[in-house]
Amino acid sequence: MGNYITFPELLIWLPLLAGIICFFAKRDQSAKIISLVFSLIILGISVASLFYTDAKHATWNSVNYFYANNIGNTFYVALDGTGRLLSFLTALAFPIIFIATYRNSYKNSASFYGLMLLTQAGLMGVFCSMDALLFYFFWELALIPVYFLCSKWGGEKRIQTTFKFFVYTFIGSLLMLIGIIYVYLHTPGRIFEDGTQVLHSFSLSSFQRASLTAGEQNWLFWLFFIAFAVKMPIFPLHTWQPDTYDQSPTAVTMVLSGVMVKMGLFGVIRWLIPVFPHAAEKFSHIIMVLSIIGIIYASCIAMVQDNLKKLVAYSSIAHIGLMCAALFAANQLSIQGVMLQMFNHGINIIGMWIVLDLLEQQTGVKEISKLAGVANKAPVLTILFVIIALANIALPLTNAFTGEFLMFSGLYQFNGWYAGIAGIGIILAAVYTLNMIQKVFYGNSNSVVEAVKEISLNEKLILSAIVSLIFIIGIYPQPVIDLTKEAVAGLLAKMS
Amino acid sequence: MSNVLQIAWLIPILPLIGFIINGAGRNVLSKGISGFIGSAVVLASFLLSLYVFIQVKNGNTYVAHYFNFINIDNLKIAFDFKIDQLSSLFLLIITGVGFLIHVYSTSYMHEEPAKDFAKYFAYLNLFVFSMLLLVMGANYVIMFIGWEGVGLCSYLLIGYWFKNNDYTNAAKKAFVMNRIGDLGFLLAVFWLIAKVGTVSFDGVFSAASLAKLSTTDITGITLLLFVGATGKSAQIPLYTWLPDAMAGPTPVSALIHAATMVTAGIYMIARSNILYTMAPVTQSIVAIIGLATAVLAATIALKQNDIKKVLAYSTVSQLGYMFLGLGVGAYTGAVFHVMTHAFFKALLFLGAGSVIHAMGGEQDMRNMGGLKKHMGTTHITFLLGCLAIAGMPPFSGFFSKDEILAAAYANNPVLWGIGVITAMMTAFYMFRLYGMTFLGKFRGTHEQEHHLHESPAAITIPLIILAILAVIGGWVGIPEVFMHGGHRLEAFLEPIFAQSNAIATKHELSHNTEYTLMIVSVAGALIALAYAWNKFSKYEKTDKESTGITKILENKWYVDELYNGIIVSPLRSLSAFFNNIIERKVIDGLVNGTGKAVNYGSRQLRWLQSGQVGAYVLLMVIGILILFIIQLFL
Repeated sequence: MGNYITFPELLIWLPLLAGIICFFAKRDQSAKIISLVFSLIILGISVASLFYTDAKHATWNSVNYFYANNIGNTFYVALDGTGRLLSFLTALAFPIIFIATYRNSYKNSASFYGLMLLTQAGLMGVFCSMDALLFYFFWELALIPVYFLCSKWGGEKRIQTTFKFFVYTFIGSLLMLIGIIYVYLHTPGRIFEDGTQVLHSFSLSSFQRASLTAGEQNWLFWLFFIAFAVKMPIFPLHTWQPDTYDQSPTAVTMVLSGVMVKMGLFGVIRWLIPVFPHAAEKFSHIIMVLSIIGIIYASCIAMVQDNLKKLVAYSSIAHIGLMCAALFAANQLSIQGVMLQMFNHGINIIGMWIVLDLLEQQTGVKEISKLAGVANKAPVLTILFVIIALANIALPLTNAFTGEFLMFSGLYQFNGWYAGIAGIGIILAAVYTLNMIQKVFYGNSNSVVEAVKEISLNEKLILSAIVSLIFIIGIYPQPVIDLTKEAVAGLLAKMS
Repeated sequence: MSNVLQIAWLIPILPLIGFIINGAGRNVLSKGISGFIGSAVVLASFLLSLYVFIQVKNGNTYVAHYFNFINIDNLKIAFDFKIDQLSSLFLLIITGVGFLIHVYSTSYMHEEPAKDFAKYFAYLNLFVFSMLLLVMGANYVIMFIGWEGVGLCSYLLIGYWFKNNDYTNAAKKAFVMNRIGDLGFLLAVFWLIAKVGTVSFDGVFSAASLAKLSTTDITGITLLLFVGATGKSAQIPLYTWLPDAMAGPTPVSALIHAATMVTAGIYMIARSNILYTMAPVTQSIVAIIGLATAVLAATIALKQNDIKKVLAYSTVSQLGYMFLGLGVGAYTGAVFHVMTHAFFKALLFLGAGSVIHAMGGEQDMRNMGGLKKHMGTTHITFLLGCLAIAGMPPFSGFFSKDEILAAAYANNPVLWGIGVITAMMTAFYMFRLYGMTFLGKFRGTHEQEHHLHESPAAITIPLIILAILAVIGGWVGIPEVFMHGGHRLEAFLEPIFAQSNAIATKHELSHNTEYTLMIVSVAGALIALAYAWNKFSKYEKTDKESTGITKILENKWYVDELYNGIIVSPLRSLSAFFNNIIERKVIDGLVNGTGKAVNYGSRQLRWLQSGQVGAYVLLMVIGILILFIIQLFL
């Protein structure tokens, strides 16, 4: 295999290819089937890649060839400890999303599925790129289809919402691009194997060796960080998210919340901290304080939120805030926790959306106050949802517990007060989650809920798969920890 | 010896299997089968626990290693069980009392539809599993898994009748208040990880680890762990969930909210005894909070009319006693009281359940009375339970309460004095309850009177067994003054508290002092008992509006209202402020402002888009020139 094609190439090119095929699909049904089949193949490849992580198979996981020698840009993609788990999450999320929303029909579904797969290709590229220009290219490739998906297939307020989303992310991307070019101009020259000499290079290793003064590092740090912070999002750059989650088609919301928000965190791990280690240390307090404010702030808003989708959105902002704070605590426990939690958060939140989408489709409402007693009509759905919701608030023996435990533990080592104040978030999370469960699922069913039916087989299967993952990782997290262990150690080595 | 290691895992796994069978098969299993499975798995665990108990009697302890839960360079957390005297004693209480309550439930819950019946047993089994995990865990993290697990089961069982909004509110309140405590527990664990790098009991309590901890560390860690305990074991300020938890089915109140789960905090502190012994400041706080809770809850219990509420406040109060014991260093006494309390309080709750059953769901004691005639077994067993909790010799409660009070006296006579007054209140409200329920004339409706009956054997047999235990259960801890070598429990638990005993200052009381203390407390309780008996055997219903202190007590000192006023409402207002003002006006205002500015700017720049190729080329050239100039300067 190694000599022909590598895992990262397969993971990037296959969804791109599938996406292009989808655009030409004649019938709606065939686009659906093409995307499902391809996403399953991609999942298979991604699963296989998890078994060839040792040094012996290094050539299977990394490829580097140049195409624009004169500016020192190479096509350098690799699957390493930092990106492996997230590329697996990307590979896992799409088939789950396609199956869970299989009953939904979209106008012009060929383009819908085509754009979805382009997004997947972009995400895979983001997690595998070892070259800054390439990273930027895939970053945009992941984002741009989402603008179209939201603005064409979204809810009533889709135009307004997409505009807001666009303003935020566009400004972020622009700042990052400026940053990339500036750092590039300060990278050392490089001689390639074939003798070509370039003055500068976009590769990660060159970026790390860029000669930047402390002052330059400081402002460059913020250019990159704002782009990443918008994506996560970090308070106060978050207001695009609740609206976008609310207005996007659910399949897109799942991609956004399950996978795409991790682009921001990933960017910090892969680029921000390694390239600007001193600035990262210098500004860690500011960022952690913002993140922790975000945790409390978003949790508070979630408590008074009547819109189910926005409730989940604010809960996600709180969870991501914790991950960002833990990331900047920058010790082994906290970063290991983040690595694990990025994956856990992805599958848990997709699980939540599946149920909420089902409820919205059947009842036509998404307001908590209009729903009641769903448990009477759909007990199995209720049980599965309650498990996922409890995993979302990190109950022990569910996947998120280990992640949060490690993150808080690392945060505590950095600063006990930060951990204590951020910890209030886990109490508030219990409040809004149990409130929602009580109001929506318990009590006597009302007339709106009469329309709810017990879930069908394929939803039951997909939710059961999610619940199984929740417990497997919750009870025995070690294999997942091992997947990212080396990357964490590598990152810490770069910082010291 | 290796036998213990081989079978230890079965003890929690069996109830887990029961949970899975009942949970998965709830639509197909008949009530008989699910009740049988639910009870049988707990019985099997009990028998295994008995075997384990016998193995550790001679001082052996075991650590069973299963797998690494988290294994990172800096931190190794293993999925291990610790089998020693303390955990095996709790195993017996949990599975023994648990089994009786399962059997009781097969009859008590018989009116439920088969599906819900199976769900009930599934939850109950899951609870037993979590509780066993809590006491068997060999480190704070496994303990915490059980700790939150029992909280979850408590939530599920309080809200068992989920259509009733009040019940689900109570369930939610229990969960959230427990979570507040859990945060304290977690922070203590993080503190330990940061300072000693391990969470295993053997690791933390080793001399090497203890040497790494400063006084501030130990005080901080023990205080945070105690915050966890106030949540789980319903102490000030986190006790208000427990009385509301009575919304759950009565056997649940007996098992979870009296005999087992709520004693988890006492277990945890007894387990960490060396840390507490090394933190005198924390110990004083534990003692004061425990005693304050005991008094506060007892005063509220004086005026409650709901039979279960009286018992709930009584539980809070008795738990307070246990914390008083822990705070004054009487670890054995606290564990002893956990045990005797499990017997008599489970008995009282189950007896109350039998009464409620006979009364057709009625819980208001004002509508009861004279049940003695109708319910022979329930009445006798209940009376024995009341005598035990009131601390009458030679019933079990006498011995355990006496031990705590004696230790309190040695620490500070004021603590003892308040303890005795609380004991008098206990005797009073229990015999008020007894009098209003069993003595005098029946005050309910004719329909209810006609329906009155003794409960079936599945209910009365557990009552009889628990009554026997409530009477004789204290005899394992007969104080030295009565009988040399009579305190067999103390000898049994010696290895657990050896470290603390080695450094704690011993206050020996003279035999005369001990006798005096006993006589005073028993006499006090007896007077209160006699007074209550006399007064409430002649109880008549009145419609009089209560006033003054009575009204305050009936309203539980308005603590719920206080919490609403100072925490819940302000938090709601703050959240609304965040949502309506900061989020929508301030942040979105800025974003939309930026958007508008961009729009405006674009309109102004529209002349650039003239549509003429020449103009575009011109602009391009200017752009390139600018780039050139920049290049020159860089």
